[in-house]
Amino acid sequence: MATEILMPALSPTMEEGTLAKWLVKEGDTVSSGDVIAEIETDKATMEFEAVDEGIMGKIVVPEGTEGVKVNALIAILVEEGEDVPEAGAAAPAPAPAASEEKTAEAAPAKAASAPAAPKVDLSPDWPDGTAMKKMTVREALRSAMQEEMKADENVYLMGEEVAEYQGAYKISQGLLDEFGPKRVIDTPITEHGFTGIAVGAAFGGLKPIVEFMTFNFAMQAIDQIINSAAKTHYMSGGQMNSPIVFRGASGAAARVGAQHSQDYAAWYMQIPGLKVAMPYSAADAKGLLKTAIRDPNPVVFLENEIMYGHSFDVPDLDDFTIPFGKARVWREGTDVTIVSFGISMQFALEAAEKLAEEGISAEVIDLRTLRPMDTATIINSVMKTNRCVTVEEGWPQGSVGSYISSVLMQEAFDWLDAPVINVTGKDVPMPYAANLEKLALTSAEEVIEAVKKVTYR
Amino acid sequence: MPEERPPRLHVPAPAIRPGDDPDFSDVRIPRAGEVDRPDPGTAPEDMRDMAFSIIRVLNRKGEAVGPWATGADPELLLQGLRDMLKLRIYDARMLTAQRQGKTSFYMQHLGEEAISCAFQRALRPGDMNFPTYRQAGLLIAAGYPLVKMMNQVYSNDGDPVRGRQLPVFYSSKEHGFFSISGNLATQYPQAVGWAMAAAIRGDKHLSAAWIGDGSTAESDFHGALVFASTYKPPVILNIVNNQWAISTFQGIARGGAGTFAARGHGFGLPALRVDGNDYLAVLAAAEWAVERARADLGPTVIEFVTYRAGGHSTSDDPSAYRPKEEGAAWPLGDPILRLKAHLIQLGVWSEDRHIQAEAEIKAEVVAAQKEAEAIGTLHSGRRPSPRDMFEDVFAEMPPHLVRQRHEVGY
Repeated sequence: MATEILMPALSPTMEEGTLAKWLVKEGDTVSSGDVIAEIETDKATMEFEAVDEGIMGKIVVPEGTEGVKVNALIAILVEEGEDVPEAGAAAPAPAPAASEEKTAEAAPAKAASAPAAPKVDLSPDWPDGTAMKKMTVREALRSAMQEEMKADENVYLMGEEVAEYQGAYKISQGLLDEFGPKRVIDTPITEHGFTGIAVGAAFGGLKPIVEFMTFNFAMQAIDQIINSAAKTHYMSGGQMNSPIVFRGASGAAARVGAQHSQDYAAWYMQIPGLKVAMPYSAADAKGLLKTAIRDPNPVVFLENEIMYGHSFDVPDLDDFTIPFGKARVWREGTDVTIVSFGISMQFALEAAEKLAEEGISAEVIDLRTLRPMDTATIINSVMKTNRCVTVEEGWPQGSVGSYISSVLMQEAFDWLDAPVINVTGKDVPMPYAANLEKLALTSAEEVIEAVKKVTYR
Repeated sequence: MPEERPPRLHVPAPAIRPGDDPDFSDVRIPRAGEVDRPDPGTAPEDMRDMAFSIIRVLNRKGEAVGPWATGADPELLLQGLRDMLKLRIYDARMLTAQRQGKTSFYMQHLGEEAISCAFQRALRPGDMNFPTYRQAGLLIAAGYPLVKMMNQVYSNDGDPVRGRQLPVFYSSKEHGFFSISGNLATQYPQAVGWAMAAAIRGDKHLSAAWIGDGSTAESDFHGALVFASTYKPPVILNIVNNQWAISTFQGIARGGAGTFAARGHGFGLPALRVDGNDYLAVLAAAEWAVERARADLGPTVIEFVTYRAGGHSTSDDPSAYRPKEEGAAWPLGDPILRLKAHLIQLGVWSEDRHIQAEAEIKAEVVAAQKEAEAIGTLHSGRRPSPRDMFEDVFAEMPPHLVRQRHEVGY
């Protein structure tokens, strides 16, 4: 049977080349491995070897031809005594197989422009009537780790200063005493190194919690977090996964300057394969961290140095968790939806309080997790209020708020009575001086101003 | 006191460039059998000279000589020869398949077959390699089916990683072959972390990290060595020095260190330097390091000295930066010919049987190739289903991915 010889690709990016020279002529016998032609691109010259054996039946593209497209028919090889078929008729490609048939699960029609209200999870986070106790975010994080390490011996903590020093921000207080140096590990100072170690340990069956003193230092390790932790489950065809939590402070503290103040919410939120939590309250910090540790996927858990010392009511239960992808409505309202997360919730709530005094009723939503993001709760709220302001500490371009704006444009356009406003940090590296730092961050006043704009007051 | 003078930038360069005669006279090659074999429990500081010599077993006559000739079973060596032949023939077929447009990209092992084929024989099921793209012999020696490897290279419907990875980025947990990272060196600390996890969990498995000479410049390499040094987990830290990082010669990454193996010294790790073209030397060194790891004596650094006889990848034309004849002039020879000569010398092999084995293995490879191509190649036949594109992003598929999958009709 005749065999078609196609223009080869010298590299994945090669689209065409010059067929510089034929080293065989029609009628010549060709063996597998014989160099039969030379191909040139602007980068290199390549010797082109025959794969199959046969007789050169017809040279379709003469030598010296430029711009020959990859996979174009250049010659036909025939067997002894065989006629040369018409170009294109030889060795038909196998028919596309039936394996691409549709599954029984029918694909739904494209969403209409005005969808019905999305389904919202309105279940309470813990049973009504649960006793509460005051706890700081620091204690909440510590108790989440302590409970999970007690429950599962594969869970361990590693990072700089987490053991003897009990954490740069004292989050791991008492853990070394309770679990010993094999499960609470002080690492050498190399974020890139210990993140790689932890990712490998997760591949090896443990459930590491990696503490970064601040996520600013995790920039050194971001290749391990994204290229390895987040993508390996996918790249290995589901064979290898990394159940791991990367946690630490993100965002501005006070007077720590440009290199210690960045908020990474928008960065990590973009990555498929990662989950991203950023709690505001102590109850959420505890419930979400426990969920993060149990999750089979890598989780980026963004805390805030200023929030560590703040106290909240936390359910007094032996074991409770907060699911990912479920926002919390802190305050119901009818005139505007304020969406925030993490420390910026302070400004959202403070603004809502002051706005109420002026007769503006604001609904305040805490996203709690950024991936998965509970957009249903946002859309549902905007269907009621018709206006939305987002509040975050990070920079404006490519912000969490800009993603929310685009979701609302696509899913709730007909309900919006005003453009969505994103209240964000100023678009500058964080200055050191106290007055400038304050100005660079968001504030309740800016939230109030934005709300007045969208409500046309 | 030395005289003050303005600083000069020192840029190392290979001695030989295209057009020159190949010259390896500066590569010091000790005679086979010359290097001592310390007890695996020897303290690193008492065996520092090992990093500056080369462990060799096979001499020019094909005899196994010296303390590292540990009396490997001839049956195992015959299997080793078949593994290397299979890898070489497989490479040749895939390279040509790439030229035929059946895949976009390929990377061959020419000249380096002994390293991965022999190393795997020192491991047990459950041990884990974190390989680079030039250790497919680990899979072949572990008995991974050729047709699966080809399906991966062709990215067809039989591809075990469902069309998600570049050609040659195989992955099989069952065969101790983790996956391959396109970002070089990232798996080096991961292998150390995997071994630390094994130590913490108390299971008896070890891991093997793999890196090329060029990638040792990455900070991952140095971080990994710090952790290996501090926590002493059961890991073997392999460095394959094949002289060339694409067009950059090994002196650029090595800098002032005499050898890559010597990098281990700064971390207090025992370091061996091994003839990578000598199947018996690779096997003996791997067994030495495995013995250490299994006795909880900690990590070992091994530099395999070899030569990349082919291009870096199908996108590379090495004649632009090194003489074409350099491969033939490489003083450590060809790993297949050397093991073949040894087996003939032992009386368990012959020229005729070699020719017959080559034909048998070629038939096996061609049959596997036909089976793979009947499923499909990069541009024809059955491809991975778009349904698979959305799987495995997370352990469970989140609703928005289910929605996106529905939107493309699956």
